[in-house]
Amino acid sequence: MAVKNIMIVGVGGQGTLLTSRILGGITLRAGYDVKLSEVHGMAQRGGSVVTYVRYGDKVNEPIVEEGQADVLIAFERLEALRYAHFLKKDGVIIVNDQRIDPMPVVIGKAEYPENIIENLSSRYNVLSIDAMSVAKNLGNTRTFNVIVLGMAAKHMDFPVEDWISVIENTVPAKTVEINKKAFMTGYEMA
Amino acid sequence: MAEKKIMLGNEAIARGCYEAGVKVSAAYPGTPSTEISENIVKYDEIYAEWSPNEKVAMEVAIGASLAGVRSVCSMKCVGLNVAADPLFTMSYIGVTGGLVVVVADDPGLYSSQNEQDTRAVARACKVPVIEPSDSSEAKEYIKYAFELSEKYDTPVIFRTTTRLAHSQGVVELNERVEKEDIPYEKNIRKNVMMPGNAKVRHLYVEERENRMSAEADAFPINRIEMRDTKIGVITSGIPYQYVREAMPDASVLKLGVVYPLPKDMVKDFASKVDVLYVIEELDPIIEEQVKALGIECHGKDLLTVQGEYSSNMLKEKVLGQSVSVNEPANVPVRPPILCPGCPHRATFHVMKKLGLHGAGDIGCYTLGAVDPLGVVDTTVCMGASISTLHGMEKARGKDYVKNWVAVIGDSTFMHTGVNSLMNMVYNQSTGTVIILDNSTTGMTGHQDHAGTGKTLKGDIVNSIDLVKLCEGMGISNVFVQSPLEINEFEALLKREVSKDELSVIIAKYPCALLDKKKITKQYKVDNEKCKKCGMCMKPGCPAITKTADGFVKVDDTLCNGCGLCAQLCKFGALNLVEV
Repeated sequence: MAVKNIMIVGVGGQGTLLTSRILGGITLRAGYDVKLSEVHGMAQRGGSVVTYVRYGDKVNEPIVEEGQADVLIAFERLEALRYAHFLKKDGVIIVNDQRIDPMPVVIGKAEYPENIIENLSSRYNVLSIDAMSVAKNLGNTRTFNVIVLGMAAKHMDFPVEDWISVIENTVPAKTVEINKKAFMTGYEMA
Repeated sequence: MAEKKIMLGNEAIARGCYEAGVKVSAAYPGTPSTEISENIVKYDEIYAEWSPNEKVAMEVAIGASLAGVRSVCSMKCVGLNVAADPLFTMSYIGVTGGLVVVVADDPGLYSSQNEQDTRAVARACKVPVIEPSDSSEAKEYIKYAFELSEKYDTPVIFRTTTRLAHSQGVVELNERVEKEDIPYEKNIRKNVMMPGNAKVRHLYVEERENRMSAEADAFPINRIEMRDTKIGVITSGIPYQYVREAMPDASVLKLGVVYPLPKDMVKDFASKVDVLYVIEELDPIIEEQVKALGIECHGKDLLTVQGEYSSNMLKEKVLGQSVSVNEPANVPVRPPILCPGCPHRATFHVMKKLGLHGAGDIGCYTLGAVDPLGVVDTTVCMGASISTLHGMEKARGKDYVKNWVAVIGDSTFMHTGVNSLMNMVYNQSTGTVIILDNSTTGMTGHQDHAGTGKTLKGDIVNSIDLVKLCEGMGISNVFVQSPLEINEFEALLKREVSKDELSVIIAKYPCALLDKKKITKQYKVDNEKCKKCGMCMKPGCPAITKTADGFVKVDDTLCNGCGLCAQLCKFGALNLVEV
């Protein structure tokens, strides 16, 4: 299989690393070669973070470059806009419709762009979800990223039971049930 | 079939150490090397520790090697500067048990203060360098590094970069191969580097390097991949992956041992291709050696010495292809920031209020340099805050430093700050040092240190008491104060900077991320009382934003109830609520 390119973008602290671990698990389970590239360290402290996931028969470079991404999973609107140009022509953006102001906006030195989702939708195939509200209803706001992942899973070719099994093996034991529920909620909304 | 696992580069290095029979590991945390120790510690067969700094870590590993076991120490690029002293001389002494020094470079400066190239240091101390290009190679090559170390009687540098260290790939696991401890043999001429012995060993090092270079053609991790001969590329590490992606038809000499160079292999490869490129991130270390052999090649004439490469970059700069991509959107930057509830924010807020300049150090608190706090004026290296403050006073007198303080974290203080403080005592400085004691090594992801009372292995031990340590040096003005009691902190700081005596203020409050306890209290804005003055927003807490109608709003997914904002509100509009 030709290499498939996924990007997970968000704000440091939003749980991109957990999401990429689940993605890594599912691709390995399917027998693919896989490489992931992550951001650790200071950039994680509330900064813009990006994780690349590439899988296929043989993967060389661990990063996804501009114009190559099949799926862009964005945990925040502005970050979706920042990385949208990484998408291929027919690529898909799954965006969590949440606004987190970066410091230049907080201190009045920059404006948070308006109508991001509308603008992106005019140029890309966009699926948006207010995952934070959905997660609140499920009873744990921290699961919002797994809800978004569930939506994105519809655009990847792995059986749903495999996803569930990988989640069981990846997340801490006491959060397995809530994460499975979160994943299925997103999956069914896609 | 062997078990396959997805592993971070650093995790694969740890696994390789385990399989190689390593018995001792020592390190000081530093992005992007930290996860090596965090994974090594999972193997009961290996003793692993956080040492107070890289020099100590290196010497611990040296001791283990001299005692006849395989040992490893790992550090980030700038950590090697701290550890350079023992390494340069260990090159002369050589090893008993295999000794590998893992050094993680940071092209692109994701988390470092400079972009130095470890291969240049290796060349200066004449120590071989091995470099893997993915997780699978990381695990296999480090095992080979121990073999080379023992075969050639030399420490070996295992060089990674951020992209290698923090990428995951598929790794096949093997069993650990135990190594017999090598019996001790007293050998003064080899192990005591006084001048008479060192002269002899220097000549040995030269001979060793020549021998390695001559035999490097046979090292199995140097390989030639012949394809189309129009383009030949010499490369190593992560850039190899970009080469394979951008020019899949090119012939490649992939170096696993990047120093010393396999000269005959290079000459042979160069003779078989029409045009030769050397593709390496950072400095032209391989390129210069290839050119020194009288071989024409392209490299830094086309490609930058700054930052990471990519396959798109190679397509454009090397192949001259145009890569068409959509224009990136023009969006506000999102730089890293201090977390909600970070105690450093309170310290910096008070410093700003008092108009103090900060001689800074390495840690999350370097972020105190940027808006809206902007109180950290200098950042050089680990421990430099205290010594630079001292230097300022000696240059301009004690009144000059009355509006300066040194700010240094607890872990960084243990690393090299303590020596600088001794110097302030000894050479009679009167400045004020704030130790930002958040009870952890924060920036690298919460590692313990000698002041936290817990070891890497999880043992509970006596913690070194910062107050007693400072008092033991003879400092009489030592105070412990939470920076989140901002009025008390302000009064204390104001008083101490005005004194003509050395003062140490231990600003004690745990890192907001340290205990991931469930948040029980948060602040909420009472719009009846809020006068929209914006005082609460001044320290730049990311949990507080302005709403369209001018009121402020506390984000309940971010607030952890630290209370800084409420202390700044003159109108009592921020109320603590149970959640």
